[in-house]
Amino acid sequence: MDGFLTLLYKEVLRFWKVGFQTVAAPVLTSLLYLLIFSHVLEKHVQVYDGVSYTSFLVPGLVMMSVLQNAFANSSSSLIQSKVTGNIIFVLLPPISYRQFFAAYVLASIVRGFVVGFGMLLVTLWFVDLSWQAPHWIVVFAVLGGAIMGALGVIAGIWAEKFDQLAAFQNFIIMPLTFLSGVFYSIHSLPPFWQQVSHFNPIFYMIDGFRYGFFGVSDVSPLMSLGVVAACFIVLTTFTLWLLRIGYKLRA
Amino acid sequence: MKNAIRIESVTKRFGSVLALAGVDLEIDQGEFFGLLGPNGAGKTTLISALAGLVRPDTGRLAVMGHDVISDYRAARQLLGVVPQELVFDPFFTVRESLEIQSGYFGIRNNASWIDEILENLDLTSKAETNMRQLSGGMKRRVLVAQALVHRPPVIVLDEPTAGVDVELRQGLWSFVRRLNRDGHTIVLTTHYLEEAESLCGRIAMLKHGGVVALDTTANLLRRLSGHTLRLRLAKGATLPDALRARVATESGNEFTFALGSCEEIEDILHAVRGSECGLEDIDVSKPDLEEVFVRVMNSGY
Repeated sequence: MDGFLTLLYKEVLRFWKVGFQTVAAPVLTSLLYLLIFSHVLEKHVQVYDGVSYTSFLVPGLVMMSVLQNAFANSSSSLIQSKVTGNIIFVLLPPISYRQFFAAYVLASIVRGFVVGFGMLLVTLWFVDLSWQAPHWIVVFAVLGGAIMGALGVIAGIWAEKFDQLAAFQNFIIMPLTFLSGVFYSIHSLPPFWQQVSHFNPIFYMIDGFRYGFFGVSDVSPLMSLGVVAACFIVLTTFTLWLLRIGYKLRA
Repeated sequence: MKNAIRIESVTKRFGSVLALAGVDLEIDQGEFFGLLGPNGAGKTTLISALAGLVRPDTGRLAVMGHDVISDYRAARQLLGVVPQELVFDPFFTVRESLEIQSGYFGIRNNASWIDEILENLDLTSKAETNMRQLSGGMKRRVLVAQALVHRPPVIVLDEPTAGVDVELRQGLWSFVRRLNRDGHTIVLTTHYLEEAESLCGRIAMLKHGGVVALDTTANLLRRLSGHTLRLRLAKGATLPDALRARVATESGNEFTFALGSCEEIEDILHAVRGSECGLEDIDVSKPDLEEVFVRVMNSGY
């Protein structure tokens, strides 16, 4: 247990020590998205009745920050450790592969929460948010962070160079998050793209998270929960299997 | 008493390269054991297999009786490894690195032992310094410290003195000797053969993934090396015929003799004095591991 707690502590301390880069910078980036998109679209777009576009946008941006930073935490930590060789410090001790997984994923959730919370705090200056169902907010933030943390573990183990990780991030994670309904409701899309969006698991994370604020969503939160939970189980099983066989970690 | 390390028929292949070709080795508790061999002989692969970083294709490895795969947690708890590569975590100070490493092994409140290690490795003044700011030799010593935080009974040092200056090297060895006196089993790989000769009680030599020599250091030196007598005769002098047959090598008026025992020196000098040929220089060299190493490596294994 101590090995797991120490690895969790180390992973949190790692990102906290460079908080300017890992927390402040993503908060600023999301804030810039908010300022630009709300300035351009506030008077032209209304997604839900009685909800301004800026209010609609905030939960999406917060969740996007949670997801992207959760992925960044585990993936960047692992690739750095592999490239510099200090991954050996966590491979030599008696830390089980389950503890290894849990520590990296939990640390990812923590970073996602810290950035997401920071983003929420800053945006409260601009918009009044309602909090219709806070438990859904927490459930989707935790599960979304865990899924992206697990994906980060997979990418961090698989990638052998920084550019491979960048490719994973830019060609898979970024398109999935940007095309998930952060900036729009999928009901505003043509039918074909609406159908395509239903195959994007991140859409359900954003939609369920947003439901917690407004009490309205594109699909039922229970359906979103089902999809997100299934994704979490599949990814967790796959990641644990990779760690158990020592894929690219133990020759 | 259980072996500190037990290695049975271990093989490991990386693609077309057979890194370990059926290694059998037993190291007793309390030994100071040397693992020698040229680059690519399989030393680091064997250590990695012991540490669980490499999974053998066949065979078994155990640390203090605990299998490194089926009972890996107990095996790793009892093993401390100083890796060959100079690696460090740039986010942390020396003390943080050691505290974190202690935590990985389930040890909290390890400050007094950490202070003792830092003192012995001459790192106390650098305890709060970030790892990035340390010299190569200091980083190497932090690696040694990290391997010791959980007081493992078996310590493996994979070329620990590469890049460490003479003074610090001596400090490191006196500390490791003390650990060995206190009962820790030490396994050392090094390219500095004089270090292995002075430290190790027993030595295994590896070549092409197999053990090609395994004996006590004293026996290896006796069997495969010996005292050598070198004589340089005065100009114009000739070696007595009685000594001709005993010459090992000859170069101009310089002759060397491989000695089976020190008493032979007296016989040779007696013959030289009897012939009244002038002696210009004389030198006796002791057996050394380098000669043993070269002989074993060239012996057609």
